[in-house]
Amino acid sequence: MKYVDEFRNGDLARGIAARIAAEVQPGRRYSFMEFCGGHTHALSRYGITELLPDGVRMIHGPGCPVCVLPIGRIDLAIGLALERGAIVCTYGDTMRVPASQGLSLIKAKARGGDIRMVYSAADALKIAAANPTREVVFLAIGFETTTPPTALAIRAAKAQGLANFSVLACHVLTPSAITHILESAEVREFGSVPIDGFVGPAHVSIVIGSAPYEHFAEEYRKPVVIAGFEPLDVMQAILMLVRQVNEGRAEVENQFTRAVTREGNLAAQKLVAEVFELRSSFEWRGLGEVPYSALQIRPAYAQFDAERRFGLAYRPVADHKNCECGAILRGVKRPADCKLFGTVCTPESPMGSCMVSNEGACAAHYAYGRFRDVAVVVPA
Amino acid sequence: MVERLDGDQALVDLAGVRKPVSLALVPDAAVGDYVIVHVGHAIGRLDAAEAERTLALFGELAGGEPAAAPAIPA
Repeated sequence: MKYVDEFRNGDLARGIAARIAAEVQPGRRYSFMEFCGGHTHALSRYGITELLPDGVRMIHGPGCPVCVLPIGRIDLAIGLALERGAIVCTYGDTMRVPASQGLSLIKAKARGGDIRMVYSAADALKIAAANPTREVVFLAIGFETTTPPTALAIRAAKAQGLANFSVLACHVLTPSAITHILESAEVREFGSVPIDGFVGPAHVSIVIGSAPYEHFAEEYRKPVVIAGFEPLDVMQAILMLVRQVNEGRAEVENQFTRAVTREGNLAAQKLVAEVFELRSSFEWRGLGEVPYSALQIRPAYAQFDAERRFGLAYRPVADHKNCECGAILRGVKRPADCKLFGTVCTPESPMGSCMVSNEGACAAHYAYGRFRDVAVVVPA
Repeated sequence: MVERLDGDQALVDLAGVRKPVSLALVPDAAVGDYVIVHVGHAIGRLDAAEAERTLALFGELAGGEPAAAPAIPA
């Protein structure tokens, strides 16, 4: 595919790797967090980790929307399907996220819940129009990329006078999560992760632009390089980060110039601001309650807010006690450090959320990296 | 993007697979533009000149000839 294949050229990747190796200063450690699950996936899938010199370590961040969705939110959606008889629509990735009592949306569907996988928020709207006698709830998850389509659906529902459609909004914000990682005492408690810089999100930045990162590059003195999702993009971004560290700079740089501008997609931002407002606090799996890190539906659209419509009250639920998703999402532990990894927790039967989506650190390591640490034995 | 359809819909070609997507978030996209699609919606446009510039830079960083990419308009 044009503008994709060229960004996956292996010879160029090895060339850029050689350049990174040449510029890394001997004895210096470089730890960079790739915030986004898309980058986590690219690092594993294309073997970028193997191409990097020993001094450069990539830390997987919490930017996988399925992974950070707490059990309590899934429980709310399951309750709507099983106890309130609503049709619950959601993205495919969300279906297998483990919830309370050994349930997940897909298991609740097997118990008779009317739960439907949709490709887009617009599809959920169509289901509502086709089932006027049923309540239809869209479980909306994701970062700044999926929020505008949800806002469009809510606005369209109002315009069409759809009285049976509502949204259980779980949209979260990237900049507040990065800030939280950098300053939270709760994160420090798990052992501070030395982060020398961030690979900034690709698609999120198309929407919000590069400007929102400027504040914390300056305030926390951490370089940020926004990168595309293709392997060469990620490698160039790592090289740019190495150069910033070497030169003592902490700036926002944009590697993904073919799609990201400083101001972002203004039409999408305006739409989101019309339908959503800041939520004072939201629980993230792995990060806990993070102030002003998520969105809720504005009062003007209250009738489309499933939380108001059904009088839902959020109840936090702890993860499985041996599950290390929390520490992995903070970059404190790696997937292989978890006792459950690859034994009872696999992509077919995930215990923790990081094993669910292919953007999750555990799923990516399971699919592409789990044999890397196993010594090759050649029979004599 | 290969064709504008009714309303804010447009037909896009994803490596041979044709699919209708919403252009509501990128209203000024035109036929022939490359758009980035996320959950059934175009969320941004791809700047072809910038893409070529990035590819040329990869060539330089990798120590090869930057000529791998076509000439870049100023």
